Amino acid sequence: MIRTIRGKNLLSLENVSREAIVEVLDTAESFVEVNRRSIKKVPALKGRVVASLFFEESTRTRLSFETAAKRLSADVLSLAVASSSVKKGESLRDTIATIDALGIDAVVMRHQSSGAALQVSRYVPHVHVINAGDGLHQHPTQGLLDAFTVRQVLAERNGTSGVESGSELFQGLRILIVGDIRHSRVARSDVAAYVTLGAEVRVAAPGTLLPVDIAHWPVTIVDDFEEALEWADVVGLLRLQRERGSGSFVPSLGEFTRTFGLTVERARRLRPSAVIMHPGPMNRGVEIDSRVADLPSAVIERQVANGVPIRMAVLYLTVAGSKEEVVL
Amino acid sequence: MSSIVLRQGLVIGESTSDVGDVLVVDGLIAGVGDVGDVPRGTSEIDATGCWIGPGLVDLHTHLREPGREEAETVESGALAGAMGGFTALMAMPNTEPALDNVALVSYVLDRGARTPLDIAVAGAITQGRRGEMLAPLAEMAELGVRIFTDDGIGVQNPSLMRRALEYAKPLGVRLAQHCEDEQLASGGSMNEGSVSSRLGLIGRPALAEELMVLRDIELVRLTGGAVHFLHLSTKRSLDFVIAARDEGLLVTCEVAPHHFTLDETACDQFDPLFKVHPPLRPLSDVEALRGAMRAGSVDAVATDHAPHAPELKDLPFDEAPAGMLGLEHVASLTLEALGSAEASPFEFFSLLSRGPARIAQLRQSDWRVRLSAHGGALRVGEDANLMVFDPEVRWTARSAELHSRATNTPYDGRELVGKVRATIAKGRIVVNEGVLA
Repeated sequence: MIRTIRGKNLLSLENVSREAIVEVLDTAESFVEVNRRSIKKVPALKGRVVASLFFEESTRTRLSFETAAKRLSADVLSLAVASSSVKKGESLRDTIATIDALGIDAVVMRHQSSGAALQVSRYVPHVHVINAGDGLHQHPTQGLLDAFTVRQVLAERNGTSGVESGSELFQGLRILIVGDIRHSRVARSDVAAYVTLGAEVRVAAPGTLLPVDIAHWPVTIVDDFEEALEWADVVGLLRLQRERGSGSFVPSLGEFTRTFGLTVERARRLRPSAVIMHPGPMNRGVEIDSRVADLPSAVIERQVANGVPIRMAVLYLTVAGSKEEVVL
Repeated sequence: MSSIVLRQGLVIGESTSDVGDVLVVDGLIAGVGDVGDVPRGTSEIDATGCWIGPGLVDLHTHLREPGREEAETVESGALAGAMGGFTALMAMPNTEPALDNVALVSYVLDRGARTPLDIAVAGAITQGRRGEMLAPLAEMAELGVRIFTDDGIGVQNPSLMRRALEYAKPLGVRLAQHCEDEQLASGGSMNEGSVSSRLGLIGRPALAEELMVLRDIELVRLTGGAVHFLHLSTKRSLDFVIAARDEGLLVTCEVAPHHFTLDETACDQFDPLFKVHPPLRPLSDVEALRGAMRAGSVDAVATDHAPHAPELKDLPFDEAPAGMLGLEHVASLTLEALGSAEASPFEFFSLLSRGPARIAQLRQSDWRVRLSAHGGALRVGEDANLMVFDPEVRWTARSAELHSRATNTPYDGRELVGKVRATIAKGRIVVNEGVLA
C-alpha cells in the first residue's frame, strides 16, 4: 500500500492509501487559490524539467498537465510522439532513453497500451513517471480530480472546506458509475479512489460493457438502472467509444442511449442534490443528453478546471518530494 | 570414428534402470552395463550420480530461419538445444517465408545437417500459413516431413481442417494444431480473467483453446485422421484429449514448460517476457498440468522455444510478439514439475524423449533426411543419441548465459534443480561437463 506519492511515480490508484489520496487532494486545494491569482505561477518546480509524452493524442489532458507544470515554473518538453518516432519503428525503450538523454525530472505519459507507463518507469528508474492514461488500465489523475471535485462540491454545500473534511464526506457516499466500464481506464481509477475514500460504488452497464471479473470488484452491479438513479448522490458517466456501438458490444448508439443514456426523463429521477459528472470528451446525445449536460448539477467543466490543481499537486508531490510545507 | 564411454551412471531404459556404463562406438551403442575393456583413445565421461538416458527430442522449436536470423538460427538453436540435453529438434514452419514447400523445407534440412543435432522439419498445413489453401503436404511428406502445422495460429476454418485431415491420413503424417479460436481470443494478449481485467489487457479466454480442442477431437473422430495438440494449457483441454485418447482416437498432446511453471500473475508488471500464446493460465491450471504429467497422461513436454529480438520485447505488452525461450531450461523445469527428488526418471525421459520421438516418428533413422533414431531404450545397436543429467545439482538460470541468440527467457534468476552434464548426438560429444565440447 502506497502511503504517500511524495518522491515516487504515479502509475495507478490501485494500492494507493486513503492518506496518500487525501494528501494529494489537500495539496491541490492550496493550488486552487494560485489559479485564482492574476499571476498564476509559483516557483515550486523552478529549474525542473517535465516531459510530456503523448503517444496517444489527447489535447485536453496534455494541455491540463502542461498548464499545471508551467504554473509550478517547471520547463516543459512537449513531444507529440504519436506522429514521430514510433511510426519509424522505435521501441518504447529507445524513445524514453532519447528523451531522458535531454535531462528530465519527470515524464507525463499517455499511451494506448495498458502498462506502458509502468514499463517506462523500469527503463528510467531515476525519472518520476506520471501516468496520464494507459490503454484500458488506469488514469490516476482523472480519478483524483473526480474525487477532488466531489469533495469540493459537497464541502461547499456543507459550508466547510475540503481540507478540513479530509475523507469524511465520502463515508457512505452513494456513487453510481454508468457506461463502458469494461474499456474504461477512468472507471478503474475512479472506483479505486472512491472506494478507498469510503464511498459505496454501484455500476450500471450493458452486459457486454461490464468487465469479465466484475464479481471481484468492490462494487455492486445495479439490477434496475432507473431505481439506481434515485439512490445515487453522484452519477459518473463514462464516454462510450463510438466503435463500441457498432454492433459488437452494443447493437447501436441509439439503443445504448435508450437503455443507459442519461436522458432528460431519467435525469428527473435523480435526487435534486445529485451531482452529475463526466470525464469528457462527451458524446452529447449518446451517454448524456445535451440538456442534462448543461444542468447546474452537472459539474463537467469544474472537473476540467480541477484538472490543473490536481496535476500541479501530483507533479509537486512526486517531483519535489520533500516534506516541507508548500511554499506559495 | 571415435568411441566414447559413459561411466557409472544410472542407465534409464524404458522400464528398468541399472547403474552401469554405456559404450558408444562409431555412432552406435556398443555396450551397456559392465562394458569391460574399451578401445584405445576412447573418450571417458564420468556419469556418477547422473541419469544416462536417450537424448531429448523437442517437438516444438522455433528456429527462426529463414527470416528472423537476428533472433535465432538453425545453428544457434541447435547449440542451445544441445545445452538443454536435446539431440533432435523439430523446426516449426512459421518462418518468413513459411515452410510450406519442398524448397524451403530442404533449405532448413540442409542447415540442420550442418549442426551436431538432428533437425527435423514440420511443414505448414496451409500455403503461407494463411489458413486458406492446403500446402503441398504429399511432396513435403516425400521429403520425410512427418508433422504439419500452422503453429502460431490454428487452422481456423473447420472445413479446411477436415480436408487437411482427410488428405494427410493416407500419407501417414500427423497434423499438429495450435488450438485457439482467434475470434474468441479477440486479439487479446494474456489469459482472460481477473488479472487481465485489472491490468486493462484484453484477455484470451481459456475457452478459445478448449473449443478448438473439442472441435478437432470431433474432426479426428469424423475423419480417422491424427492430431497432435500443441502446448495445451488448461485442465479442461487436457481432460478432453486424454478422454479422446482413451477412446482410441488418434490424438496426442504436449505441454510447454512455461505453462506448467508460471501462472498468469507473472504478467502483472506488464513485462512482455511473459507474453505467450496460449497465455499463462491461473495457478489451478498449472497444478493440473503438473498432476497430469506425474500421472503419466501427457504424451510429451515440448518447449515452444520462441526466440525474439530484444527490441521486440521492449514494446508495450499488447504490441510485443508472443513467445519465450525454453530449450536450455526445460529439463530442469520438467524435473521440478515431476517432484524434483521424487521425480521418476522413466516419466522424465518419456515426456522429453521417448514420447516426442514416437509422435515425430523419429524412433527409426530416416535415410531421406539423414536423421538418426531417437528416444531409444538404451540397448546395444541403437543410434547413439544420449544425454547425461545430474538430477541433484542446484543452479541459477541466467539470461546472459544462454546459447540462443535471443535472451527472452522468463526464468532469469530462477533457482533450478538438475542440469544437463553431457549430450551425445549422432555418436559425438556435443556437450561435456555442462559446456559445449
